[in-house]
This record gives sequence, C-alpha cells and structure tokens, in this order.
Amino acid sequence: MKDLTFTTLIAVFEEIFGRGLFWAMVVAAVAITVAYLYVLVRDRSMSMRKFLLAQLSMPFGAIAAVLFVQMITSSGFRDIGGPIDLIVLLGVALLGAIGTAVLVYTLQSLIRSPTR
Amino acid sequence: MTYSDFAPSRRMFLGLAATGVAAATLGGPARSAPIKTSARIVIIGAGAAGTALVNRLVDRLDGAAITILDARAEHLYQPGLSLVAAGLKPASYTQSRTSDWLPGGITYINEAAAGIDPETRTVTTSGGQKLDYDFLVVAPGLVLDHDAIEGFSLDLVGSNGIGALYAGPDHAARTWQAASKFTQEGGVGIFTRPATEMKCAGAPLKHTFLIDDIARTAGNAGKTEIVYAANNQSLFGVPIVSEKVRMLFEDRGIKPAYSHVLKSIEPGRQRATFATPDGDTELEYDYLHVIPPQRAPDVIRQSGLSWADKWTDQGWVEVDQQTLRHLRYPEIFALGDVAGVPKGKTAASVKWQVPVVEDHLVAAIDGREGSETYNGYTSCPLITRVGRAMLIEFDYKNNLTPSFPGIIAPLEELWISWLMKEVALKATYNAMLRGKA
Repeated sequence: MKDLTFTTLIAVFEEIFGRGLFWAMVVAAVAITVAYLYVLVRDRSMSMRKFLLAQLSMPFGAIAAVLFVQMITSSGFRDIGGPIDLIVLLGVALLGAIGTAVLVYTLQSLIRSPTR
Repeated sequence: MTYSDFAPSRRMFLGLAATGVAAATLGGPARSAPIKTSARIVIIGAGAAGTALVNRLVDRLDGAAITILDARAEHLYQPGLSLVAAGLKPASYTQSRTSDWLPGGITYINEAAAGIDPETRTVTTSGGQKLDYDFLVVAPGLVLDHDAIEGFSLDLVGSNGIGALYAGPDHAARTWQAASKFTQEGGVGIFTRPATEMKCAGAPLKHTFLIDDIARTAGNAGKTEIVYAANNQSLFGVPIVSEKVRMLFEDRGIKPAYSHVLKSIEPGRQRATFATPDGDTELEYDYLHVIPPQRAPDVIRQSGLSWADKWTDQGWVEVDQQTLRHLRYPEIFALGDVAGVPKGKTAASVKWQVPVVEDHLVAAIDGREGSETYNGYTSCPLITRVGRAMLIEFDYKNNLTPSFPGIIAPLEELWISWLMKEVALKATYNAMLRGKA
C-alpha cells in the first residue's frame, strides 16, 4: 500500500460501505459508546448482573460477525490458509463479541433503571 | 454468585476522550499550496489512470486549462471482470459513469483522440476539434485485437462453449454462461493467453483456477479436463510465481500446454488451432477462454510516439521506465496500459505511476525537476479458488515486493488476500480514482 495514511483509510472505508452508510455506522458506533459511557457515569458502577447477560451474548455476536463477513465475501471456514487468516477470523469474532456485549449492556441499562 | 463492582473514574474517561480526539485529527501529510499556472494540459483517456491523475492535478495546479478526452461514457472497473466471469458478481459491479468521477473546473470531451501531432503540440478529436497543449498525458488504454484470432467474433461469446472476459462487463457475464455450463456438464476446458504484452497477466490464471474450483465444488471434477495454454515456457512472467503456479496446477490436476498460442477457432466443430514451436496443433474443446493479442490504439501507433525498436507489432509508447516521460518529447507522459514499460498493465501499477507523472508534470510547470520514480510495481491478487488468493506484488526486476512482509505471505494461498480482492480492492480503486489513494 502506498501512502497508507489515516485519510486514505477513511476514503477506502467510505468506498467500501458508501459514504452515507459508513458515516451512519461511525455515528452508530460512537452513539453506542457514548451511551455506554453515559450509563457507566450515571450509575457510577458496573452492574455485574447486566454484565453477565452481556457476556453471555458475546459468543452469539462473535459467530454472527464471522458468518456475516463470510457471507458478504463468498467464503467459508475451509478457506483459512495460514496464521494471518486465523488472526483475522479471531479478530472479526472478537469485534463482534465486544460490540454485542457493549450493545447488550447499554440497552439493558437504558431500558431498566439502575439496580443496586 | 457474587457480583463485584467496577467503578470507573472521571479522569479515565477524560483520558480516553482525549485519545479519541487525537486519533481523529491525525491527518495525511499536508500538501503545498497549489501552483499558479496557465499551462494547457491535455489528457487522452479517462480510465483509471487519466481519472486518477486529473483529480490530483486539480489540487496541485491553480488556473491550468485541463482537458480530458474519452469516447466511452462508461467507466469500467476492470479488476472486477474476473469475478463477473465466475458468477460471483453481476456485470453492474464493474460499471459506472466516467463523468461521475471527474472533478469540476476541467473540460471533459466525450470524444476519442483522432490524431496527435507531437511536433506542433496538437491533438485532434474524433469530432474535429483541435486542441493545443503544453503538456500531454497519453492514457488511452489498449485495444483487444479480436480479429487476430481467425474464426472468432465477439457474437460467439456465451454460446458454443466460448468465453472472453476481457471484452467488457456484458461479455464477462456471457463468459460465465458458457463457463457455468462447462462446470456442470464437464469436458475439456482450454484457457488461453496471448503472446503480446497484456493487461493483468494474472487474469488468465484466475479464470482457470476459478472455473476449476467451481466445477470441483459442484462435484464435477471427474468430468472436467482443464488445460492452460501458456504463450511460452513459463506460466507467469515472474519466475518464482511461475514456479508456484506450476505446483498449484499439479495439485489441482490442471495441465499446462507450454508455448501454445491461440491462432484460430472453428466454433462449429469446437476445435482450436494453436501455434507451437513444432508447428500448428489442433485441440478439441468444450469450453475455450479467448484472450486476444493486445496493442496500443491506432492513434498512438500513427503518431510516432511508439518505440521504433521494441514491441513493433504492439506500439507501446516510448517512455523512460522510471519517470514515464517520453524519451523524445519531454512534454509528453504515458500512463497505464499504453506505456512502453516491461511491467505495469494493472490498476495497482497505475496507482503507483500516477503520483510519479503528477510529480514530474507539476515540477516541469514550476520550472524544477521532479524526483519521484516508478520501480515497475505491479500487484495481482492471484485468485487460486473461490475464497483464497495469493497477494503477489513485484517490480521491474522480478523481485517480490510484499506490502505486508511477514504478515501476508505473497506465495501462500490465503483467505485475507481473497478478502482484500473482494472487499477492499474496489474501495481502494475508487479512492484512487478520486485522487485520494
């Protein structure tokens, strides 16, 4: 890659998803993160009960993320060819898992009142 | 079960927020202020190279009169044609409108160049307009010489077991009709390449690998016999890659037919004649993939810009390998397929070539010498089956030049290389067209 700068990366992502969808996704990710931080600050603590459910949702998020990537790229598990492929696969799974956990935790906190 | 509490501090949040802001403001390197000029620049061709260059020049120059010529109103994302011809993407995946990619403040003429006079520095268009230039960039691409294959015509593509994916989006889609029938019914599939220089020498191999894999996945590997007709004694111009492809062919049971150059076909009898060092050979086929000889457009060959002693049957432009500047007319540059350099007929090469020509052109306008050079960089995500590819990058000297050494191995069939081809390549290409990559 020549001149792989932050602006190039943004331009590439804009092209992958389309400018509208990409920035909508950025806004959604930022909004969820801000909401997550908001409930943490509001409650002044993490509720481990909510965190437990969030943790339980992680494997589903991980699997969903991997299947989503495989679906949009006409590929499957048989195509894993080297160490970097495993790392990418685990990375996708990890992103899906963390994203789902944050989302589930935040939704619970926003819907239910803080439990102490 | 006990629940422990985790109470994050406000200071931690502030720290995180500051990190985020810092990351968001990290931009690319700042460009110097645009140079004021009244130079007249004519660019022939609004394909990958012409479009990427014009989008960069408008940021670098203030007041230049830039004219870009192209007879085709449709822009083709050519790296996608291999995917269309394997039924993985629709024809529309490769199509867009040229005008959508061009910046404002320039003149776009939807006509071909009909004549170039490098002595009087004028270009004549097919509509009869005469354009004077101070600097000329020739980037018209190349022409596919289908007539050179006796008995072949583009009407045949899609039926009679004939494919020709280079011919454009519709022909690539029709190629898939013929190829798909072959993967179902089996028989002998012959995959050819021309003896001339060509666009993306990996594409004939990709089509071979993809059709083989699709037949295999359909459970029809036993019914198919796949032959790859190479134009010489190697399978790829870079020796180390050729050797790897030879091993993969052996693994897949694909038979190489070395030094077999397609000469003519008899579509009715489904027979193809190949020129070989031992004379002509006739082979029967159930599926034949035709890639014709490729040459510079007539307007280039008639303008006296071509090499006189190299590629005389093809007519590529006589330029310096490092700067892409014409060796006899320093105000002329060539970009992309038409440039007379040993490598570099891919979109990835264009991505490396455009900043070099931009640098030397802007420097010339500014009364300086440019410093950027092109080392022959060419890249090819060589698909070896649906879901895997090898990210092959090389230069003039046939050295491998991996972008991600130690992370993405160039000669390994990897899923990540396939992901790049499927997801990131078109995005990077589009960013390049806009002058942003």
